[in-house]
Amino acid sequence: MTRAYRRLLPHPVLTLVLALVWVLLQNDVTPGMVVFGLILGIVIPILTAMWWPDRPKTFHVWRMIPYMLIVMWDIIVANIQVAWIVLTVPNAKLKPAWIVVPLELTQPEAITILAGTITLTPGTVSSDVSSEGHSLLVHVLHTDDPDADRDEIKNRYERRLLEIFP
Amino acid sequence: MTPEILATYAAALSLLIGSFFVIVGVIGLLKFNDPMTRLHAPTKVGTIGIGMLLLASMLSAYAAGDPSVHELLIMAFLFVTAPVSAHFIAKVSIHRQDCQQPPSPPRDGTWSTLDSPDTRGDEQPSP
Repeated sequence: MTRAYRRLLPHPVLTLVLALVWVLLQNDVTPGMVVFGLILGIVIPILTAMWWPDRPKTFHVWRMIPYMLIVMWDIIVANIQVAWIVLTVPNAKLKPAWIVVPLELTQPEAITILAGTITLTPGTVSSDVSSEGHSLLVHVLHTDDPDADRDEIKNRYERRLLEIFP
Repeated sequence: MTPEILATYAAALSLLIGSFFVIVGVIGLLKFNDPMTRLHAPTKVGTIGIGMLLLASMLSAYAAGDPSVHELLIMAFLFVTAPVSAHFIAKVSIHRQDCQQPPSPPRDGTWSTLDSPDTRGDEQPSP
């Protein structure tokens, strides 16, 4: 039973996301479109399963929702902060810095999400990952205390991602 | 005050906020003088600027009586792709040494961008 389920739905979340994207693309919720979206959502993961052999086995989808809400709020705050820095801080007084974030996350998917989150939030752009994937290089636009920024990234985002990708 | 009129006002307000953030992004791009700091303004301010413009589009479509949700998809794809392009620009400026060079990572040998045959092993690669 479980094996049949695994063969038919190798990636249930991807199935739902594809169906949702299809319905949104149609801009119209009709039963036919929902059914066709679900068909696409079942066929595409089966056809592409060979290209993601090492995907994470456990992944808490529901814990993504509070994470996404926090990130959205941070994006709004970040935009206002960066706009303020752009408009008020002269170039000579700007204190950009590199910070190195040691990673506890090991899965490539989780590191990718962390890097994307860092780029979208307060004055930070994730620039590079170390050659073995144990640290992340982040560029900060304007900071007085690089260590505090590093701790905030670790406490606010990485800790939550560790819960999502155990 | 019908919902349509309220939606029109809200659309106008989000257009104004969105345009403000886009302008700030452009000012930042022109004002800063280092490739890495210039990267910050468009990546961040762009997301909320475009997001507010798309919100205005949704609201005005609703006010016109033809609701649309395509904008949610545009926003989702934008939020996924914006960090990727920023990441690539950052990697290019590290590789070309256009910016102040980053400190070495604590546990591994070097950063993956610098882990290439022409830069590995010597501090000052020949031009």
